[in-house]
Amino acid sequence: MDLQGQIIQYLATGLTLGSIYAMVGLGFTIIYNATGIINLAQGEFVMFGGLIMVFFTTTLGLPLFLSFFITLALTTGIGMLYERLFIHHPSKTAPLMTLLIITVAVSIFFRGIAMFIWGKEPYSLPHFSSPEPIIIGGAAILPQVFWILGLSLLAVILMNIFFNRTITGKAMSACAVNRVAASLVGIDVSKMVLLSFALSATLGALAGASITPIALMEYDRGPMLALKGFCAAVLGGLGFGTGAVVAGFLLGLIESFTTGFISSAFKEATALIILILVLFIKPSGIFGSAEVGKIKKI
Amino acid sequence: MLELRGVNASYGNIQALKNVSLTIPPGSMVTIIGANGAGKTTLLKSISGLIQSKTGSITYEGTEISSLPPVKIVSLGISQVPEGRQLFSHLTVIDNLHLGAYLYYSNRTKAEIQKRLEWIYQIFPLLKIRTRQLAGTLSGGEQQMVAIARALMSRPKLLLLDEPSMGLAPMLVAEILRVIKKLNDQGTTILLVEQNARAALQIARYGYVLETGSVAIEGPTADLLSDEKVRHAYLGKQ
Repeated sequence: MDLQGQIIQYLATGLTLGSIYAMVGLGFTIIYNATGIINLAQGEFVMFGGLIMVFFTTTLGLPLFLSFFITLALTTGIGMLYERLFIHHPSKTAPLMTLLIITVAVSIFFRGIAMFIWGKEPYSLPHFSSPEPIIIGGAAILPQVFWILGLSLLAVILMNIFFNRTITGKAMSACAVNRVAASLVGIDVSKMVLLSFALSATLGALAGASITPIALMEYDRGPMLALKGFCAAVLGGLGFGTGAVVAGFLLGLIESFTTGFISSAFKEATALIILILVLFIKPSGIFGSAEVGKIKKI
Repeated sequence: MLELRGVNASYGNIQALKNVSLTIPPGSMVTIIGANGAGKTTLLKSISGLIQSKTGSITYEGTEISSLPPVKIVSLGISQVPEGRQLFSHLTVIDNLHLGAYLYYSNRTKAEIQKRLEWIYQIFPLLKIRTRQLAGTLSGGEQQMVAIARALMSRPKLLLLDEPSMGLAPMLVAEILRVIKKLNDQGTTILLVEQNARAALQIARYGYVLETGSVAIEGPTADLLSDEKVRHAYLGKQ
C-alpha cells in the first residue's frame, strides 16, 4: 500500500474508533451533566449493546434491523433499571464519591452477568450491509465503517438538538447546573436523572451494536472503552458534549496514526498519555473553560 | 390563602423552625423579618416543599400541602424566588424564562407563554433587550429581575421571595421593591422574606418577626415599625 492509501486507511480506522469514543464520551457527559456522577459502567452499555444484538441476530435469528432496535430498547431499559435500583435511592443522601463507587460496583456486576450469559469468548455479528471492502484512494474500507460513522454522527446531531433546542433538554441541563432552582420551577429532577441514564445507555448500545461486526465483542470490553470515552469526556472539558465528541474523534485519529506509523504497542497508551499531558497543561480540558471548571464537583 | 399551623422543621439534629404558625390572606403582602439564621429561608423552603422533614400543617387554599414535593407545589400556584437568585447561569435569559413556564410548556401553549413574556417585559423592560444573553453574565440587579421573572412565568397566585434585595445597590433595591409592590397591587399574593427590615415593613401590610426559629412578634407593619423592640433590634434605633 502506498503512503496515500495508508493515510486514508488510518484515517478511516481513526474515525471509526473516534466515533465510538465520542459516543462513550457523550454518554459520560450526559449523566455527568444531569447528576454530577461519572458513570464508570458506561463501557458496559457498549458491551451489552454488542452482546444483546448477538443474542437476537445470531442466537434467535431475527432480522438485523429488528434486533438492532430491540437491542437499543433493551439496553436503554437496563440503563433505567440501573438508575432506579442503584442510583436513585442512594443519591438522596450519599455523597458523589459513594455514587461513583456504586458505578464501579455496577460495572463489575454487569460484567459478571454478561460472563454468566455469554461466557468469555468474543462474538461477532454480520455486517449491516455488504462485508466487501470498498477501495477508496488505495485503501480498503469496510461499508460497516460508514454505518458506524453515520449512526454516531446522527446520534450526536440528535443529542445536540435535544439539549439545545428542546425544553426537556434544557431542563435536563438546568438540573445539572442548579438542582434546587430546577425543582422550584417544577422540573422533576428524579425523572431527568432517569432520562439521562436512559440516553447514555442508548448511545452505548448504538456504539456496541455497530462496532461488533468489525471489532467483535466480549464480556469485559467495557472498562477499556469506558477509559477511552472518559479521556474524551475529560479532554473535551467535562460536561461539554460537543467537546467530548470532538475529543473522541481526535483520540481515535491519534490512536490510529500512532498505531500505524509508530507501533501498535502504543495503541492503548496514547489516549492516556494525551490525557495526562492535557491535564498538566490545561486542566479544564481542551475545550473547557476555566470558569466552568471551578464550579465542578469532581 | 396559605396557613401554617405549628410547623417544625429540622436539619438533622438542629431544629430550625419551632412551632411556627402564620396566615397569608389572599391578595395580601406579608413579610417575615429576622436576623441571619432565624429560620426565614427554612420557612420558605418548608412551604415550597424543598424541605421534606417537617411536622405541623401547611394548607394552601384549603388543601394540605406539607407532604407534597416541590413540583406539585409549583403546579398548585406557589412559586419561590430562591435566595441568591439561583439562575441557570449557562442558559440565556429567554431559556431561563421558558424553563419558568416548564410545567405548562408545549406547542399548544406557545401563544400563552408569549403573552406572559410580554407582560414580564412590561414589568422588567430591561429583560427584553437581554433575552439572548447568558444569565450568568448579567449584573446582580438584572439577575434578580430574571429570578423574579422566572418565578412569575409559572403563573403563581402566591409568590415567595427570599431576600430579593440581597447584594444589590440601594437604587436597585428600591426598583425591585417597587416591582414587588406593583405585582401585589395587580393581585399576586406575596410572602416577602427580608433582612432589610425597614424596606420590607414599609411595603408589606402584615409582618412576622422570626427569632431562633419561632415567631417572636407579629402584627400590622405599622405597629411593628413603631414597636420599641423591633425598632431596637431590627431598625437600628435607640
